[in-house]
Amino acid sequence: MRQNVLRPGLLVDINDLPLNRVEDLPEGGLRIGALARMSDVAQAAGVVQRFPVISQALLLGASAQLRNMASMGGNLCQRVRCSYFRDATSPCNKRDPGSGCAALDGFNRGHAILGTSDKCIATHPSDVAVALVAMDAVVHTRGPADDRAIPIEEFFLLPGDTPEREHPLEHGELIVAIEVPATPTARLSIYLKFRDRESYEFALVSVAAAVRIQDGAIADVRLALGGVGTKPWRARRAEASLVGKLAGEASFAEAAGQELAAAKPRPLNAFKVELAQRAIIRALMTLTNGDTR
Amino acid sequence: MDGEIAALPAERGPSAQAVTLTINGEPRPLRIEPRVSLLDALREHLGLTGSKKGCDQGTCGACTVWVDGRRALACLTLAVTCEGHEVTTIEGLSAGGELHPMQAAFIDKDAFQCGYCTPGQIMSAVALLDEGHAADDGQIREWMSGNICRCAAYPNIRAAIRAVRDAAGGE
Amino acid sequence: MSGVIGQAVSRIDGPAKVTGSAHYSGEIALPGLAYAEIVGARVASGRITSIDTAQAEDAEGVAGILTHLNMPKVNNVPLLPSLIGGPAPGETFFPMQDDVVHYAGQPVAIVVADGLEQAQHAATLVQISYAETPSITTIDQGRADAYEPEKIFGGLMPAQTRRGNVEDGFAAADLLIDAPFRFAANHHNPIEALTTTAVWDGDQLTLYDSCQGIKAVQLTVAALLGLSPSKIRVLTRYVGGAFGAKAMVWPHVTLTALAAQYVRRPVRLALPRGQMFTSCGHREEQEQHIELGATSDGKLTAIRHHKISITSPFDDWAEPAFGVASQLYACPGFEGVHRLVRGNTMTPTFTRGPGEAVGVFTLECAMDELASELGIDPIELRLRNITDVDPNTGHPWSSYGLRECFERGARRFGWAGRNPQPRSERHGNWLIGTGMATAGYPIAFFMHTQRARAHLYADGTAIVQTATQEFGTGTSTVMTQVAADGLGIGLRDVRFEFGDTDLPNAGSPVGSNGAMMVSAAVHNAATAVRDQLITLAVSDSQSPLHGADPAGVVVAGGRMTLAGDANTGETYSSLMQRHIMSDAEAIGSWDPPPLDTPHGLLTFGAQFARVAVDADLGIIRVRHMVGAFAPGRVLNPKTARSQLMGGMLWGMSQALLEGTHMDTRHGRWANASLGDYLVPVNADAPDVDVELIEVEDHVTGPLGVKGVGEIGQVGAAAAIANAVYHATGYRVRELPIAVEHLLAHLPSGPASAAAGAQPDLT
Repeated sequence: MRQNVLRPGLLVDINDLPLNRVEDLPEGGLRIGALARMSDVAQAAGVVQRFPVISQALLLGASAQLRNMASMGGNLCQRVRCSYFRDATSPCNKRDPGSGCAALDGFNRGHAILGTSDKCIATHPSDVAVALVAMDAVVHTRGPADDRAIPIEEFFLLPGDTPEREHPLEHGELIVAIEVPATPTARLSIYLKFRDRESYEFALVSVAAAVRIQDGAIADVRLALGGVGTKPWRARRAEASLVGKLAGEASFAEAAGQELAAAKPRPLNAFKVELAQRAIIRALMTLTNGDTR
Repeated sequence: MDGEIAALPAERGPSAQAVTLTINGEPRPLRIEPRVSLLDALREHLGLTGSKKGCDQGTCGACTVWVDGRRALACLTLAVTCEGHEVTTIEGLSAGGELHPMQAAFIDKDAFQCGYCTPGQIMSAVALLDEGHAADDGQIREWMSGNICRCAAYPNIRAAIRAVRDAAGGE
Repeated sequence: MSGVIGQAVSRIDGPAKVTGSAHYSGEIALPGLAYAEIVGARVASGRITSIDTAQAEDAEGVAGILTHLNMPKVNNVPLLPSLIGGPAPGETFFPMQDDVVHYAGQPVAIVVADGLEQAQHAATLVQISYAETPSITTIDQGRADAYEPEKIFGGLMPAQTRRGNVEDGFAAADLLIDAPFRFAANHHNPIEALTTTAVWDGDQLTLYDSCQGIKAVQLTVAALLGLSPSKIRVLTRYVGGAFGAKAMVWPHVTLTALAAQYVRRPVRLALPRGQMFTSCGHREEQEQHIELGATSDGKLTAIRHHKISITSPFDDWAEPAFGVASQLYACPGFEGVHRLVRGNTMTPTFTRGPGEAVGVFTLECAMDELASELGIDPIELRLRNITDVDPNTGHPWSSYGLRECFERGARRFGWAGRNPQPRSERHGNWLIGTGMATAGYPIAFFMHTQRARAHLYADGTAIVQTATQEFGTGTSTVMTQVAADGLGIGLRDVRFEFGDTDLPNAGSPVGSNGAMMVSAAVHNAATAVRDQLITLAVSDSQSPLHGADPAGVVVAGGRMTLAGDANTGETYSSLMQRHIMSDAEAIGSWDPPPLDTPHGLLTFGAQFARVAVDADLGIIRVRHMVGAFAPGRVLNPKTARSQLMGGMLWGMSQALLEGTHMDTRHGRWANASLGDYLVPVNADAPDVDVELIEVEDHVTGPLGVKGVGEIGQVGAAAAIANAVYHATGYRVRELPIAVEHLLAHLPSGPASAAAGAQPDLT
C-alpha cells in the first residue's frame, strides 16, 4: 500500500480476532492460529521440540521486530519482493494482468528458477512456508459459505498464465489456522538459509529438510526449497530419488541434480541452479552427519 | 479490552478521525486519517520525533518502538490499530530525566555516530535484554540485525549491550 | 593547553541523541507546515508530451503543484565541489525548466499538501505522458562513444596523471600484472533521507536542511535564485549521516524553497527512500584496468591505471581514481587516464573515499597478485616500494608513519607466520583466508578562509561558534575539546555553538578535511582570546604575572600561571573583574597552505582482514578486521576510532554487499530500496580493531591534524578481496564479490561437497 502497489478501498483490522494460539495436538501435531505471531510460534515449546525446522525457518525470517508483528496467516499471504512488482511502474502481470513481466529480461538475480512461467518469475519470499510445505501442513479457512482445509502445497498457486492469483482464497475467506500433522521424521529436521547478507534478507536459496533413517537407508525424507521457486518448493523429485537409498553424499547429489534438472534459469540467476544443489547436499549432510555450521 | 474495542465504530475514514493512543503511559487524543502510520502519527501529529523514519517500508529499523512491550516497526503499523495498546517510544524510556542504563552505555561505548538510528537501536537493545537474546555476541548480532546503522557502529553497539547485560548480572 | 585534546571524551551530543531529543532537519515544529512530494520521471530520456495535474489539484488537502509549466526559472550555476567554499550544486542541470527528461527520477513535478499522506497520494494522481527516446545508462551501452575529458571532478582535477615513462618501465620489468576490474554503482543511503524545510518571511528565506555544509546550501540557493546570501539563513545542527550524499546541494533543496514561495507556507520535503537513489548522486559504475611492471625482486617499474565510468549528460564528473594510487609507491613510471561515457543518469558525486576507495582497491589487489607471483610476503613487497617523498613531486611527506602502520597492524592482526599458500586453512565448511592492503587518502587544501569566534565571559565560561554541522563525525565534541584546550578552561565551561550560517564561516567538511580546517579556526579563535588576556595580565601591575614573558604563561582551568611555577598567576575571572570586563572575544581564522606547498600530502594506513568462505556455497563472511592509521594528531581517540571503524566496515560493504544495478530498458535502477540495496547489518560486522599511530605534522594547520573520515575505507575492500583469494585461490575482479563469482572456483562441486573434503590445492 505504501508503495502504491495495492489500493484498497476498505481495510479490516482482524488483529483482535481470537486466532493467536499455538496448540500441541494430542497425536503430536500442531495447530497454529492464523494470527499467532512469528516470534511466538518460533519459541512455542511444541514447535521447538517437535518441529525444529519450523522454528528455525521462523527465526531466520525478517527481523525480530517484524517477527513480533507478522502473523502466520499474513506470512503465507505476503506478496512477492520482485522489485518490478513493487515499483508500481514497470509492466507486471501480477500487479496489472496482461501488462507483461519486466523481470523476465530485467534484473532478475533474485528471481525464481523453479515453477516459473513466461508471465512471472517472482520468487515466493516466505521462509516458514517452505518448512510448512515440507511438513505437509494444512491451511484451514473460513469463508462466507463454509470452512475449508487446503493442503498447503495447493494453497500456493504456480503463476502459469494467471500470476495475479497466488492462492485459492475466495473473497471473504479468511485463514483461521495452520495444522501441521504429526510425523516422527520432523524431529530430525533443519532449515538452512543462504544469502548475501548474514541476516535481515530474503534467501538466495533455503532448504527445509527432514530425514528418518532406518538401517542406514533413508526411510522417509522431506525436502523443500525457498528462494528458488515461484512458490515454496516441495522437492518431490529429490525425495523420490532418495527414499530407500543409503544416506550419503552421492545419493544426495543425485537427488539434488534431479530436482534442479527442471530449473529454468535466466542469465542473472543461473547460479542458483548450482547453489540450490549444493544447499540441498549441505542440509542433508548436516542432518545425517550431525554436522552443523 | 474486548468491550473497549467493540465500542469503537465499525467503519472509519477515509477522513480524519478522533483516535486516542496511549503513548508512554499517557492518553494522547488526536485526529488522523486511518492511513496514517504510527510513525507519522508520532512524528508529525504528536511531536514525538525520537522515533526516526529511515525507509518507511520496514527495511531499516530506525522507527523501532514497543507495542505492548514488544519491539515493532512504527512505519508498518497503522496508528488506528494501536488504540487499546500501549506504545512506548524512546521519549518514554528514561524516567525523570535519568538516562536508562542502555542510553548511558551507548554514550560510554560510542555506540553511534550520526545518532539517527540510535533511538531505534536502543529500543531494540533494551527489548533484546528483556527477551533473553543477549547471551553471547552471536545472539546479539543476529537479534540486533533488524536495526541498520549506516555509520556502522555495530561493534560498539554490541559492547554497549554487553555492558548493560553484565552490569545487570548477566543472563 | 589543558591536555583535553587527545582525551577519549564521550560525545557531548550523546544525551540528546540517545533520548531522541536531538532534532534533525525534518523535525522542526512549524505552524502551518505543508508537505511536499516530488514526482520523478519514469523514463530516462525523452520529452514530457503532456502533464495533467487537475486530478491531483482536486485531491483533498493539496495546496499547490509545480511543474515545468509554472516553475520559475533559476540561474545557471557551475558545478564546483563544496570543499571550495562557494556555490556547489550537485549537477549543473536544474529540473523543471523545460520538458526534457535526462534521467529517470528527474523531478518533473512537486506536489504540496496540508498533510504528508495527502501529498503522497496526490503525487500519484499527476498524469504525465512521455515521448521516450533511447537512453544510455551503462558503460557497455556508451563505450563506443567514450571520451577523455580535459578535467574531472567539477573541473578541479586533470583527467590524466603521468610521471616518467611507463613504456620504459614496462620494458625494464621482469614481470607484468594485468588486471581489469568492474565496479557496480553505489548509493550512500544515509539513514536520514535528504530533508529540507523552507520558510519564507517576506524576502528572507530560512532553510533547515540535511546537509554536509550549511554555507554551501546558503550560497547555492542564493546563486540559483539570484538572492543575496544575506537573505538566506540555513539552520542545521544534527544530520543523520551523509557519506557524500549531502556534500553537494541537490535540486530538491531549491525546489522546496520555490514550492514554499509558491504556496506561501513553510514546506517540508523528505525524500522517500526510493528517491534517494535518484536525487543525491551516487558513486558511478566504473571499470578500472591496471598493469604493473616489476623487477624480480619486487620493485615496481611502471603502473598504467585506466578508468572508464559513466557520467550525466551535463557534467564531466568522475571520482578521481589515481591520487593515492600514483603516490603510494616509488614507481618511476605512472600513467593514469580517466575516460567518460555520457549517459542518462544524474551527475555522480562524492561517495565516501571518493575515487581513492576504488583506485586503491585496484592497485592493492594488483599488488597482492604481484606478491603471489613473486613469492614475496605482501607487506614485504610494499616495504620494498614505499617512499619517503611524494613520487609525483619529490617533496617529502608532511608526515608519514606508514611503516609503523604496517608493523603495528601486522602485530595486532597476527600476520607473522602466515602461510601464503591459498586454500591452506579450513575449519569445517569454511575456507579461511587473510589479506592486507595499504591505505592512503589525500589532504586537500582547496578550502577558503575558515573562521570561528570565541567569546569568554568573566566567570570563565565560553561560547565558541562556527558555521559547521554535526553529521556524526564528532565535530561538536572535538571542537569543544579544541576550544577548551585553546582557552585553557574546562570542557564543561565551553559551549560549542554551530549549525547556523549567521555564525563565522566554516567550509563543508568533505574529503576528510573537517577536523583539520575547523579545528584550526577554533584553535586560533580560542588562543586569540587567551593571548589577549595574557597580554593584559603581563602588562597589569596588579597582576602576579606582571612583567612576565607572554610566551612563558600557560593557562589551565581558567587560571594563567607561569610555566613551571603554578603558584604564580591568577584566573581569567580575577583579571577581568579587576578591569571591569564582562567578556573578551576574538575571531580566529585559518587559511590553508598554498596548493603548491612543498610537501607530499597524504594520510597513511594499513588494512588487514580475515575472511571465511563457505567451501561449497561461496558465502563470504568477514571474521576480523584490523586497521592501523597515522592521521596526524588525534583530537579524540574515541570518536576517531569510531569513524575509522565505520570506514573499514564501509570497505567491507564495498567489497561484499553494495551495488546498484541498472535496468537498461528504461534506464531505472532495479534495486532502489534498502531491502534490495544491501548494506551491512549487525550480524555482518566483525569485531574491528583500530590502531592509532600519532605522527607530528607541521603543515596541516596549527594542531597537526590530518583526517579520519575516509581513510578507514580506503584499502579495506582490497584487504578483503585479497583474503578471499587467499581463502579460495581465485581472484574475483568485480565488486561487490558475490556467490556467483566464486561458485565455479570452490574446492568442491556437488559431487564432492562433503564437509571435511580435502582441499584441492591447485
